[in-house]
Amino acid sequence: MSKLSATQRLEIIRQKNRPTVNDYIPAIFNHFTEFHGDRHFGDDGAIMAGIATLNSTPVTVIAQVKGRNLDENKKSNFSMPHPEGYRKALRLAYQAEKFHRPVICFVDTPGAFCGVEAEKRGQGEAIAKNIAEFMTLKTPVISVVLGEGGSGGALALAVCDELAMLENALYSVISPRGFASILWKDPSREKEAAELMKITAEDLMQFGVCDKIIPEPVGGAHLDAAQTADNISEYLINAVERLSAVDIPTLLDNRYKKFRKIGMFNE
Amino acid sequence: MLEDLFKTVRDRFNEGNGEPEKKQAPEIPKDLLFKCPRCQSVIYMDEFEKRKKTCPTCNYHARLTAKERLEITADKDSFKPLDENMTSVNPISFPEYEKKVKALSDLTGLKDAVITGVCTIRGYRAVVGIMDSRFMMASMGSVVGEKIARAFEYATENKLPVILFTASGGARMQEGIISLMQMAKTAGAVKRHSDAGGLYITVLTDPTTGGVTASFASLGDIILAEPKVLIGFAGRRVIQDTIKQKLPDDFQTAEFLLASGFVDAIADRRSMRKTLSNILRLHNFKKIGAEWQHG
Ligand SMILES: [Zn+2]
Repeated sequence: MSKLSATQRLEIIRQKNRPTVNDYIPAIFNHFTEFHGDRHFGDDGAIMAGIATLNSTPVTVIAQVKGRNLDENKKSNFSMPHPEGYRKALRLAYQAEKFHRPVICFVDTPGAFCGVEAEKRGQGEAIAKNIAEFMTLKTPVISVVLGEGGSGGALALAVCDELAMLENALYSVISPRGFASILWKDPSREKEAAELMKITAEDLMQFGVCDKIIPEPVGGAHLDAAQTADNISEYLINAVERLSAVDIPTLLDNRYKKFRKIGMFNE
Repeated sequence: MLEDLFKTVRDRFNEGNGEPEKKQAPEIPKDLLFKCPRCQSVIYMDEFEKRKKTCPTCNYHARLTAKERLEITADKDSFKPLDENMTSVNPISFPEYEKKVKALSDLTGLKDAVITGVCTIRGYRAVVGIMDSRFMMASMGSVVGEKIARAFEYATENKLPVILFTASGGARMQEGIISLMQMAKTAGAVKRHSDAGGLYITVLTDPTTGGVTASFASLGDIILAEPKVLIGFAGRRVIQDTIKQKLPDDFQTAEFLLASGFVDAIADRRSMRKTLSNILRLHNFKKIGAEWQHG
């Protein structure tokens, strides 16, 4: 695996032709059938969800949709979900629980959308509820960070039994730019922030946040989307098989402990 | 997007930090006056304090320190702290983080942004947590996350209700990804307490925003909010920049959340003890040491 800095990886994941779930889902799954709507307010194009088979096992897929062009991005709001997107995700997670399907989440977002309507419809509540409910969802949950995992908007699809990251993916409490802008009042110190924040997959393995790094082709996923999809697929098939063998009380206990133990303090 | 969000929230916090404007009252020492950040009216500090720091004109409920909150909430001498010596470390070696924590600690007498413990309220026993916005805008890092999670675990073990007075600027970015994970840790602990039948009452106070809104603050069985306080996920300015039009004055206030359906009731702090003890009584808790009852 390559030894790149956070800044170099940031450049790789910002490649315009970096593959997205629109590339990966057809390559990894069969019979993908998309389901829309949160049954309360509407349908959010920032989150695509449905059922499919993974190596002939039925699974539920919930994915944040980065657009590959302006048109796709208009539909997916640049992958910044509204509350109804998170509520659609939760609806399909409950459905997966009922029918004993493992849930596979793909995380790829700069963060949840910040807007008047999002506030009015309870962006905070929607994220909070997903986090709490996924913690006790009685079926295996696997999350894969594809590019950028930004703040609570990412975490709402990342409370899981195993978190995997593509080799160049980054996962952080806020974007490096935001970090620099708030803590140093200077967004131009973005690169310095990226290095300081410890946001690469390797860093996150150290913190116990990331459980598995999925390799990308040398130079980045955009150089060989099919190979990257194969690598993700191989990991997912293995993880689904392993986690499906664990009895539910143990699974949920391990899931809680995975997050419960993260924290550093003195007493 | 999120870039300016936290900044915006902080700027808003600083708009009204309880400091009266010098030029408006040149001959009166400024610590004798309170200027309301919501309606700009000015009142004498002693009157303001007599009203438990609420505005006589618009009823805005100003920020309290954790100690002040405890004094007006818990029965006298009933509070027994939990985990009071927990302190932060510097997980991503953020420059000067320890120094900043130390300075705030000296200033506030707190070890971090939340105090937790057990007390009685009009005789009803409860686990309480109180956040103090003076401490790094009550942002949530490892200490806040761990203390909140332990408070819920303690309550689950001892079959006690939990009452949290929330206030926060969001995640403590100085602790990097670990601060984000505290959202999962706390929400998970809330869920376990809830699944065991526990009652959790949230009291949203000024300001409750960001990652705390998007985790334990929004998960109460009953969610109360103090009048006119700021509650939201995203910052006002980043939203304003997105939509390019002026936001209504009541945007992200307690009243806005009530109208949107995310708050059960607006609760005046001068009757908060009564409100809370009534809710506890209605959940079949008995005065002193009673356990929650199932079914
Ligand atoms: Zn006022």
